[in-house]
Amino acid sequence: MQAFIQNLINGLALGGVYALVALGYTMVYGILQFINFAHSEIFMLGAFAGLFVAVALQDVGSTPVVVTAVVFASMAACMAVGALVERLAYRPLRSAPRLNVLITAVGVSLLLQNAAQILWGATPRVFPTILETQPLWQGTELVLTNVQLIVIVVSAVLVFGLSILVNRTKLGMAMRAVSFDFDVSSLMGIPTDRIIVFTFMIGCSLAGCASILYGISYPKIEPMMGVVIGMKAFVAAVFGGIGSLTGAAVGGLVLGLSESFTIYYVSSTFRDAIAFAILILVLLLRPSGLFGVVRKEKV
Amino acid sequence: MRLSSVFSIFVAISIGVLAGCTGGGASKDEIVFGEYGSMTGSESSFGISTHRGVEMALDEANAKGGFNGKKFKVISYDNQGRSEEAVTAITKLITRDKVPLVIGEVASSRSIAAGAIAQQYKIPMISPASTNPKVTQLGDYIFRVCFIDPFQGKVMAKFAIENLKKTKAAILRDIRSDYSVGLADFFVKEFKAMGGEILVDTAYSTGDIDFKSQLTNIRSKKPEVIFIPGYYTEVGLIARQAKELGLAVPLLGGDGWDSEKLTEIGQDAIVGHYFSNHYSQEDTRPSVQGFIEKYRARYGETPDSMAVLGYDAAVVAVNAVKTAKDLTPASLRDALAATKGVPGVTGEVNLNEHRDAVKSAVVMKVAGPKKYSYVTTINP
Amino acid sequence: MSAPSQNAGFLKQATITAVFIAVLWGVDQLLQIGLNPYYVRVVVNCGIAAILALSLNLINGCAGQFSLGHAGFMAVGAYVSATLTTVYPAGEFFQSPLGVGVAITIGGIVAALAGYLVGLPSLRLKGDYLAIVTLGFSEMIRVCFLNIPAVGGARGMNGIPVHSSFFWVYLWAALAWVFFWRLLRSGRGRAILALRDDETAAEAMGVEVSHFKVVSFSLSSAFAGIAGGLFAHYQGFIDPQSFDFSRSVLVVIMVVLGGMGSLSGAVLGAVVVTVLPESLRVFESYRLIIFPLVLILMMLLRPKGILGHREIWEFFPRRAK
Repeated sequence: MQAFIQNLINGLALGGVYALVALGYTMVYGILQFINFAHSEIFMLGAFAGLFVAVALQDVGSTPVVVTAVVFASMAACMAVGALVERLAYRPLRSAPRLNVLITAVGVSLLLQNAAQILWGATPRVFPTILETQPLWQGTELVLTNVQLIVIVVSAVLVFGLSILVNRTKLGMAMRAVSFDFDVSSLMGIPTDRIIVFTFMIGCSLAGCASILYGISYPKIEPMMGVVIGMKAFVAAVFGGIGSLTGAAVGGLVLGLSESFTIYYVSSTFRDAIAFAILILVLLLRPSGLFGVVRKEKV
Repeated sequence: MRLSSVFSIFVAISIGVLAGCTGGGASKDEIVFGEYGSMTGSESSFGISTHRGVEMALDEANAKGGFNGKKFKVISYDNQGRSEEAVTAITKLITRDKVPLVIGEVASSRSIAAGAIAQQYKIPMISPASTNPKVTQLGDYIFRVCFIDPFQGKVMAKFAIENLKKTKAAILRDIRSDYSVGLADFFVKEFKAMGGEILVDTAYSTGDIDFKSQLTNIRSKKPEVIFIPGYYTEVGLIARQAKELGLAVPLLGGDGWDSEKLTEIGQDAIVGHYFSNHYSQEDTRPSVQGFIEKYRARYGETPDSMAVLGYDAAVVAVNAVKTAKDLTPASLRDALAATKGVPGVTGEVNLNEHRDAVKSAVVMKVAGPKKYSYVTTINP
Repeated sequence: MSAPSQNAGFLKQATITAVFIAVLWGVDQLLQIGLNPYYVRVVVNCGIAAILALSLNLINGCAGQFSLGHAGFMAVGAYVSATLTTVYPAGEFFQSPLGVGVAITIGGIVAALAGYLVGLPSLRLKGDYLAIVTLGFSEMIRVCFLNIPAVGGARGMNGIPVHSSFFWVYLWAALAWVFFWRLLRSGRGRAILALRDDETAAEAMGVEVSHFKVVSFSLSSAFAGIAGGLFAHYQGFIDPQSFDFSRSVLVVIMVVLGGMGSLSGAVLGAVVVTVLPESLRVFESYRLIIFPLVLILMMLLRPKGILGHREIWEFFPRRAK
């Protein structure tokens, strides 16, 4: 039983990070209907931004102020890069076929990854300890650390906050309108371009926040770090039904939990194969993901 | 439209032109070696360190006058850590740059892939750090300047049973790395042969960040030691998470642990654990301390094993040029096969009849930030 | 059409084929003596890439589906054929050049079966969901090969007999070209093209949508498998890493860069994507930046790909007769 709860905690903490990154994919998808492959690289840049600020503030010690500064620096950097990418690479392609935007996204992703590699080298860097890991509760076979708890709580709060933003605010309404019908919302006087940039920035800021949670939990920062987590998060987003916020959050958690339980109870070597098998099965039963909306094709 | 067509044509033409004018020939007053390695990608630190070691050895040889007035030079190509790129790179080195000798790779899988090409063209290749036995079994033109995995597996098995007096082990291997899988297999074999017991054998993949489920599994089996033959990039995180989960048994590893980053990532969680290595920074011999000093002065870092082995590989190559009867690849091969008593960083390099170096391994204990203390030497 | 003229047409085609094979063989011999082996390698890699691009073009360019898992089918072909020739050699036969050819063909057939399996969900899934399933499928294949010790696990397989050469690769490439060329000009091909242009309309016109989706997946996978087999028997080794996500993405890039739905575009894209990083090798790590930059600029300045839907010769208008 203790092992079960331990795996539950491990899975939730991992799934929380997946969920935050998955939200970025799903938000961009919801509004522009394309998979922003560069999102994982924005996550990586956020981690580097946080790293540089944390290193600069290292002498101050690990106070809440430092943690806040690091988180905001990372979120700001991600928002800036996200807006820039949208403006330079995606906006000119607004009316182009979706596949072109997708390929551009792959190109941006490769560009950011390789540029980071040239700038900062491929050797991993270490995220400074801005938050000491301590066990909060320790049984014989069960440990819950403060970092795990923080990751779970922060992810939950951010998902909740995001759903309020999207469902209860004017900005959120505009975002939903643009997502529902681009042309009509533009006719209704919604500044669509600005709303799209906002959506990008919000999704990217979540990636920035996720990157700091990642940095605290797994303090190894490198230019290629976005690849694996990006793919997992993107799978989680599709699994939950891409375009749906709840879907992305649930998808991230399910993926984290399924990985954790598969390794423990089934096989550590077939983990990814099993995760993908679950994904494919779910998609066969529900072709639009768990929470996805089936869009009827108009003739 | 017009403009963009022009652009496409420009792209197409520039490719053709670029393809035609790449690469440089060797001039008469230089002896050019080839080198291929992972200079970019997740394993770039290996390629870069090796390259630095090679550069240092060649510069030293040149400072001593080179060979008959000729300077040594190395052309190095990146393979991005991919086997097929390694094959293309070595083909280019051999057939286009026409080097008489090639140095590379660290990862055994890429050494095997590219070594087949070297053997095919009968150009000697020296692997600095590929420890898998299959590498030099490719043929009589393939050499290495490091020990092999069966030995390394034996070293840690022997150390666990004889020095630590532990007989119950868990294995956590990197399923995506042939190095890790091979080393784990050899450890398991030797450990069982010496009367040990393997309680659990579990795995992760290169690039993973979360190992808590594997460690939770291991924890439930209560082993006395955990053997983790992975690379430092993951091992640091594994050590931290093991500590978080309250796993307080010694962790053992191989030469993949050797990097300054190990203690940076693992911090105090990695302290007190052991790994086998090619050389010890605490070795007081002047050859080792001299090398460390010069390397620090030039690159601002403490050399890792890859730098040491890259240096040794280049020294062996230079020695072969000096002792060979002429500079044809066949003569260089014969000279390499006869390598005896060449002064490397960690003592004399001798190659045996299998073209493998006969070297002892050291067991190191992680003592603190960037500090390893020497525990014992295990001879072949 | 009367019988004699049909006969003459057959004779003409047979002659063209024979001459083509002879020329290919001659060029192969010349290359072996004349051209630097490094360039030969790049040229052969282009040929393998061309087969991959031509086959993916059928799904992504013509049928309007979106596959992100081409490397998986390539892996199936590579591993099946290499297992036949290396691990379980049925006597001497599979070691001979002809046996390798047979093994590669079998690899293609098995890959086609795998493609059929993946094609089935495509009946229910659209767009990005399909992309994810194909991606997931190819990752599953890779993880499985990684875990089978008989095919080498992480180390992969070595010592595969090297029998695919310029001649074989380009023979298969030509075969792929002719096959897809004729397919697209047949009734079935038109049906596949109709899927891309408007699936609903196609169905209304009586095109069996599901049938043609599965068919295009199987055919495309068959040639991907053959490309994999040629790759394995040209390199002499394979490892799971050779067939990862980035290779699937690379093939998609070839198709989009060359021009979706254009056969010559796919080939051109394959050549550009293979040669460009190679020719940039002198720039060392900067080549890793130049390549994605070219890709982005291409998409911004010429979103249809180099050739668009058209074939290369359509850019040079014929003189009126």
